[in-house]
Amino acid sequence: MTTKIRLENVSKIFGPKPKSIIPMVEQGMTKEEILKKTNHTVGVYNASLDVKKGEVFVIMGLSGSGKSTLIRCFNLLNKPTGGSIYIDDEDIVAYDNTKLKKMRQEKVAMVFQHFGLFSHKTILANVEYGLEIRNVSKEERREIAMKNIESVGLKGYEDKYPGELSGGMQQRVGLARALANDPDILLMDEPFSALDPLIRREMQLEMLDIQERLQKTIIFITHDVNEAFRIGDRVAVMKEGQVVQVGTPEEIIESPANDYISEFIKDIDRSKVFQAEHVMIKPNALVSIKDGLNVAVKEMRENGISSVFVVDRGRHLKGIVTIDDAVKGIKEKQSLEDVLRPDVTVVKQDEYISDLIPKALESSFPLAVVNDDNKLAGLILRVHVLSGLAPDDVDESEEYHG
Amino acid sequence: MGNFPDITTNLGDYADQFVSFLDTSLRGFFDLIYLLTSRMINVIDDFLVWLPWWVFIIAIILLGWYFKSIYAGLLFGVFIFLIGTFGLWADMMTTIAIIVTAVLTCLIIGIPVGILMAYNQGFSNVLRPILDAMQTMPSFVYLIPAIFFFGLGNVSAIFATLIYALPPVIRLTELAIRGVDKEVIESAQSFGSSRWQMLRKIQLPQALPTIMAGVNQTTMMALAMVVIASMVGASGLGEQVLVSINRIDIALGFEAGISIVFLAIIIDRITNGVADKFQKHRGAGE
Repeated sequence: MTTKIRLENVSKIFGPKPKSIIPMVEQGMTKEEILKKTNHTVGVYNASLDVKKGEVFVIMGLSGSGKSTLIRCFNLLNKPTGGSIYIDDEDIVAYDNTKLKKMRQEKVAMVFQHFGLFSHKTILANVEYGLEIRNVSKEERREIAMKNIESVGLKGYEDKYPGELSGGMQQRVGLARALANDPDILLMDEPFSALDPLIRREMQLEMLDIQERLQKTIIFITHDVNEAFRIGDRVAVMKEGQVVQVGTPEEIIESPANDYISEFIKDIDRSKVFQAEHVMIKPNALVSIKDGLNVAVKEMRENGISSVFVVDRGRHLKGIVTIDDAVKGIKEKQSLEDVLRPDVTVVKQDEYISDLIPKALESSFPLAVVNDDNKLAGLILRVHVLSGLAPDDVDESEEYHG
Repeated sequence: MGNFPDITTNLGDYADQFVSFLDTSLRGFFDLIYLLTSRMINVIDDFLVWLPWWVFIIAIILLGWYFKSIYAGLLFGVFIFLIGTFGLWADMMTTIAIIVTAVLTCLIIGIPVGILMAYNQGFSNVLRPILDAMQTMPSFVYLIPAIFFFGLGNVSAIFATLIYALPPVIRLTELAIRGVDKEVIESAQSFGSSRWQMLRKIQLPQALPTIMAGVNQTTMMALAMVVIASMVGASGLGEQVLVSINRIDIALGFEAGISIVFLAIIIDRITNGVADKFQKHRGAGE
């Protein structure tokens, strides 16, 4: 993947003479000392990052850590005091007004924590706004806006006003409004923090859905570790205006850079970070539906297992056959299809472990993991789910022999 | 012993000289204003008097109905009819013409000034004490330079009314523009709005309900100046009150007075209704 955005030593200091403060930060004075002594607030100091094209890049930190200040640097709502920001290899800090306006109109759109909707405009007019100020013709912008309103599931609400909609719906409008401009980059400043947990979950999934369809580069701010790790391809952790660690969720959990991060992720539920594909094992025995019962029995005997998945030629799962059924079937001259049990619990490879636990408890066979094309990708022994995400430590044969 | 020492300053003289200076050096300017303002008052007055009485009453009923309720509209119609029965129809029209002219002038000056104050803190700091002085200086005091500049008559009345009634619309415009939600401003910026687009499409519409409250206040204050302004020769209902004081005519005083009250109620409710209409979609959205 190519780099879409590159931040080099970006600092943002608020106050009457921000540039004079940089040397003080360099000398290692803390935020509080500087605030007390000079009445300047250090928002962000020396942040360097790369954001790749098409990834969901999460910036996580507690309140006051500078994450909202940093995201506003990406579209120069905050002009950095020092450092450079490259978008598609152009330094946007050096842009003049015309170029900046063009960039905001065409390349970068933002979604806000409290939605930032225009309460005097209808939903349609809100979504049209970005196009309106670009002087897109009335018919065209209406068409684009309607398409986007529909894609966030708000068809029929276009003539309502924001005040008449629930929080979740308002944020959908915010999202539709940002997407209507067809930006490359979507900045999302704690977009779901103001929503209640159920709606938040739904919106996260929807956002990932949209991301998969449209492949935008998304910068996402959150203070919620679980949210960050659930949706982020990569996560940057901020503390007191500085970026302390950047990595994938797995990397950060496996090797936190310092105690601050360990403390931060202490409460994280690992089962909500790891997905089925992280704990599944490749099936070393598989039977094709054409193979017949004798092959199935042979496969099970050779691998020392008590049941085996049956697939068709396209590796689509047909069911499972147990050793007892197979032996009995041979005696009674039945075919493989006759003794096949179709009631296998199937899970997607990107399902979180936390969602697998109840399924594993209910099922009497291993869980079958399928990929996006519905082909069998692997299997998860129930004991793997329940003994906590460590496939290497469990002897595979235990359950099969049981 | 404790008497104030014998020191005098002649601040009043300076004020006098300043006014005289303005009067001589800006004569042409004042004449132009006089011409425009008196023309405007006359056009409005002539139009209102030309209007058949029942058309005016129906118009008031419809306005009341649209902005408040049918009952309010009917009540307003009765009020206007009563004023007519007092024999004060023409005076009422003159008063309305003066108020409309004063309020329009207030808006033309006040809204841009308020916007500038919202954009520029320095300008706001300078203007704020001046606005305070304009509001607290006894209103009779403006009448003197008003006569100097514009002579006796309606134009002087407008000038005095302007000074008294201008501050609320300026203050509330500034407050309203400053009070627009920060995230709303940021989101408009993030789409690449120009400054003018921001003002016209976002800030002004967002600020409108508060600005309308300012318009309401300004209108009520203009009405409150009606009687005082008649001391410099403004005609209309205020003149009738003044006449009744001179003659100690209780009947005329009461009729003219209650007419002003009726007008005040009608204008207040209608401008309030306009503000409410703008307010309708606000609240949960922000």
